[in-house]
Amino acid sequence: MAELRDLYQEVILEHSKAPRNYKEPAHTNHKAEGYNPLCGDRFTVYLEMDGDTVRDIGFQGAGCAISKASASMMTQSVKGKTKAEAHKIFERFHALVTGHPHEEADLGKLAVFSGVSEFPARVKCASLAWHTLEAALEGKHENISTE
Amino acid sequence: MSATAALPETSTKPALDIEKIRADFPILAARVHGHELVYLDNAATSQKPQAVIDAIVRYYTSANANIHRGVHYLSQLATEEFEAGRRAVQKFIGARDAAEIVFTRGTTEAINLVAQSYGRVHVQAGDEIVVTAMEHHSDIVPWQMLCQEKGAKLRVVPINDAGELILDEYAKLLGPKTKIVAVAHVSNALGTINPVKKIVAMAHAHGVPVVVDGAQAVPHIAVDVQDLDCDFYAFSGHKMYGPTGIGVLYAKAALLNAMPPYQGGGDMISSVTFEKTTYNKVPHKFEAGTPDMAGVAGLKAAIEYMNSIGVDQIAAHEHDLLVYATQAVTALPGIQIIGTAAEKASVLSFTVEDVHPHDIGTILDQEGIAVRTGHHCAQPVMERYKIPATVRASFAVYNTHAEVDALVRGLGKVREVFA
Repeated sequence: MAELRDLYQEVILEHSKAPRNYKEPAHTNHKAEGYNPLCGDRFTVYLEMDGDTVRDIGFQGAGCAISKASASMMTQSVKGKTKAEAHKIFERFHALVTGHPHEEADLGKLAVFSGVSEFPARVKCASLAWHTLEAALEGKHENISTE
Repeated sequence: MSATAALPETSTKPALDIEKIRADFPILAARVHGHELVYLDNAATSQKPQAVIDAIVRYYTSANANIHRGVHYLSQLATEEFEAGRRAVQKFIGARDAAEIVFTRGTTEAINLVAQSYGRVHVQAGDEIVVTAMEHHSDIVPWQMLCQEKGAKLRVVPINDAGELILDEYAKLLGPKTKIVAVAHVSNALGTINPVKKIVAMAHAHGVPVVVDGAQAVPHIAVDVQDLDCDFYAFSGHKMYGPTGIGVLYAKAALLNAMPPYQGGGDMISSVTFEKTTYNKVPHKFEAGTPDMAGVAGLKAAIEYMNSIGVDQIAAHEHDLLVYATQAVTALPGIQIIGTAAEKASVLSFTVEDVHPHDIGTILDQEGIAVRTGHHCAQPVMERYKIPATVRASFAVYNTHAEVDALVRGLGKVREVFA
């Protein structure tokens, strides 16, 4: 069970059960939908952008514990950040879950996702919301698929 | 014979020696994450007995040459083996003639062959093709593509909450516009065994031919295409203990003779000039290019393997397992079984309250248990039940009650993690 606990850390389980920012912000001006056809996970990420800054963020949808917790914690980590800062966090997060963490990277709470790297089949779950965020930040309107 | 001790008292059939059967499958000795492998993903693909592996090795070791063209010894031998494989398939599914057996890459290619060859000739604008709500994507998309090309319409037979076709609704869909009916013999997502004989009779009353997707049936129940009276029957080698890359299209000879070729190339012709090509006779007309000869050798060995156990014996054992597993899993808290038809084979699909199937799949995998999680290439079925995915355990002849017990313990771990 040790390895499983690395994946399903308490913080992750807690976020999956009670996701934060699970809403469509009233002043949404960017949004994108992400879909993983392999498992059916589907999330919409909503942004209220103030110039280059994420003033508010929310998400809605359905998915596994990993994808939902990742979406929830992502909203917390990028709120108030600029587009460039959000990109940088995603880049470091992606490196973490694929097992190539940046040595100097300080991901804060997002570090709980390090266990994902031991479960390659679940990397897409952890990064779905992030890819969707990227699309929303770019203002693309097409849907995002992991495949 | 220790495996028989756990059988429920209701089981009166002479039990198979499952431990002996398991010893025929080298991969079953594998250990996964420190546990004995419990392979319950047979609807995706079955494991292969040593006899099948040996047949492929034997083909390449002592019989390999290209078929149907050489006068030399090995070419003759390879051709004989290939055609013996065709006769083995013919006998196995009760076809009238070996010429009614076309080798394909699998079920998907077989269905595409029918859609592109028979379908493009017989389906016109305004016509209708009837499929069912429980079809695999491979029995939806080829028909959708044909409908798009021709301006025809796809009609869908609905299913009830148990996952059974609503035959009254099916009857209403049949009419003068109907040109093809396509139906799964056994549903890969629900396990439902459809009343194909009745479905065929109803379609024939309107002069409509029926294409049967038998991918999930041939490995698990005895199939007799003449008894079913279906016009086309498609299945794959790799789900019935045979190799990947080889499959079968059965078609009634009269239909096959009248159909145009699906692909052009060598083997499917009798003469070629730049002005005109004369096609070979059936079934070769539909087998362009060098076929999977080693695959046919493996498929023949798989058929012989299944016959050596007895298809009815396999069906009985798997039915026993399915009943046992259904009872055991249903008894767990928060379980919803998806697919509760009266007639089922091999497949136990379910959801666990508040836990996504993908998470269940990962946790079971850590226990060495292989199940499929997802939509099983049957997204319309998931839509019907308003769920994103299910966990699917699917059984083969080598599975045991002890493995079902391992699945139940694994689901207990899921509860622990998500407590």
